[in-house]
Amino acid sequence: MSGVSENRVLAGSPSTGEAARGGLIADVPRRALILLGLFAALLLVAPATVGDYLLSVMILVLYYAYLGLAWNVMMGFAGQFSLGHALYIGLGGYTAGALFVHYGLPPWFGMVVGAAVAAVMGGVIGALGFRFGVKGVYFALLTIAFAEFTRILFDHWGWVGASSGLYLPVEYRDTDDLWLLRGSATMFYYVILAMTAGAFILCHWLLQRRVGYYWQAIREDQEAAQTLGIDVFRYKMIAVMLSAAMTAIGGVFYAFYYNNLYPETIFSMHRSIELMLGVIIGGIGTLFGPILGAIVLTTLGEMLTGLTEDLGLDGIKQMSYGVALLVIIVYRPGGLWPWLRRRLGLEKPR
Amino acid sequence: MPIDFLLNILVAGLLTGLVYGLMALGLSAIFGVMKVVNFAHGDMMVVAMYATYTLYTAAGLEPVAALPLVAAGLFVFGFALQRGLVNRFINATEHMQFLLLLGVAMVITNGTLMVFGPDARNVQLDYAFDSYNVGPLIVDKVRVIAAGVAGGTALLLAAFFRFTVTGKAIRACADNFTGAQVVGLHVNHLYAVTFGIGAACVGVAGTLLLLITDVHPHLSTDYTLLGFIIVILGGLGSLGGALLGGVLVGLSEALSGALIAPSLKSMFSFGLLILVLLLRPQGLLGKQA
Repeated sequence: MSGVSENRVLAGSPSTGEAARGGLIADVPRRALILLGLFAALLLVAPATVGDYLLSVMILVLYYAYLGLAWNVMMGFAGQFSLGHALYIGLGGYTAGALFVHYGLPPWFGMVVGAAVAAVMGGVIGALGFRFGVKGVYFALLTIAFAEFTRILFDHWGWVGASSGLYLPVEYRDTDDLWLLRGSATMFYYVILAMTAGAFILCHWLLQRRVGYYWQAIREDQEAAQTLGIDVFRYKMIAVMLSAAMTAIGGVFYAFYYNNLYPETIFSMHRSIELMLGVIIGGIGTLFGPILGAIVLTTLGEMLTGLTEDLGLDGIKQMSYGVALLVIIVYRPGGLWPWLRRRLGLEKPR
Repeated sequence: MPIDFLLNILVAGLLTGLVYGLMALGLSAIFGVMKVVNFAHGDMMVVAMYATYTLYTAAGLEPVAALPLVAAGLFVFGFALQRGLVNRFINATEHMQFLLLLGVAMVITNGTLMVFGPDARNVQLDYAFDSYNVGPLIVDKVRVIAAGVAGGTALLLAAFFRFTVTGKAIRACADNFTGAQVVGLHVNHLYAVTFGIGAACVGVAGTLLLLITDVHPHLSTDYTLLGFIIVILGGLGSLGGALLGGVLVGLSEALSGALIAPSLKSMFSFGLLILVLLLRPQGLLGKQA
């Protein structure tokens, strides 16, 4: 029994052909729209009411929600298991970071280049993997191998600072410079909020289009999809490249928010694992799962870190993530969102 | 490059490679029999290393003497893990099994981190720097012990699978699941035994590796990936392949570490993994898929 196949995406009944023509929200239940509106309003006014610490946690939540949405395109929608998404975070972050440090180019330009670089890299991995018939766990290992290979490569590449890292210049300033992404936490909050909202809307839209249905067909049964005349290779490639490009844009945010990049941390497999944990806990293949998962996991991690600060327990946060993953996999393999959605009465009438 | 130097490096790589091979043997046996990819393999390895370390520092037990204890402990752990958790997922999709064992791995790694802290630990043996001079070769005593025990364990395992009733029964389960059930084999029990044996292999390998190198909690991911590289190189499910892959990776690590840069050594392993996945996914000694 597959965790993926148990889920139904928020906007995923076969009758959405009309909805696609009727606009983005035509297929969403009214109650869901109201809750979504409340949620969005809460997020919009949050920086005015919360303190610095809470704001930094919320930025972290949105960052993981964004990355989760990006990973979900590949795994949740098209069913291709990647365990090497840190590669794309790193490529995006390093591309934009290096262009900024060496040539003073704005991050928005670096974002486009970084996303393109990541998409090409994702395309290479995807093309090799799919053409050579590398499937399932073997494909996941292939993605890890590429990420680790690149990590060691960057560790020895002087132009990007090698293993001592790439630093973005930090200066004290009173005003926010949105063009160069230099400024306050509030600015970064709204940037990542916009990115997450954009990714959410993009995913929602994609699932209503032909490509979304093709992906789900491939995910459920690749042979059957092929028999029906779907160009499986092409649509899997679209999923990989889009997911890689989206992840790279998250990497650009990481670079400019944290101002330092080390190959050891940014390309590490732990990043790849971290960014998919939220999706698994929220619900693979669902639209809201990545967001819910990021909220649950980050809150859990921060609370435990805060509570045990005095005890000096190093691994407590990661430990709790591991336990959360086990509990979800064993007791609710579809993730939290399908269950919560039922509880909130947001099931689509059939 | 003097030839003596090169020979010494090759011998050291070969001996370490045998220990790697034993570690990968456990991974390969588990996959070969129940088609489960044990993502917590490196973590079990690190647990074994810490167990050896604790027995040495707390009870003064030599690693080689502690070996049966660690192996038995890991067998019980593996058996229980399969019975309690993995067995529920024996028919789940590949990625669900993978994620389950990833969760187990995270709990183990961070458990060791919380108990032992992030610092590297090792055992201080009085014969740690002894060596044998064989012609132009200078061979470390600890490496000889480690490789000898690893090779012996691998032989024992091969004999177990070939000659004992339980070993034959396990091979029957691997060959034909339904057939094994039809003739009345207790498949679930045999699966748990296999998982235990795989874990015990890792236990022995971990103890032996502590003779050669330090341990710290974050090594677990490296060992898991190393195990995957080796078994995929040799062929998942093939026991001889695991040993061959271990030796090849040991040699390639030693050579690239000495000739190019130590920090680049695993890049070659990952490069090798990519090539094998693409060109010969069944591995060097694996059966045609």
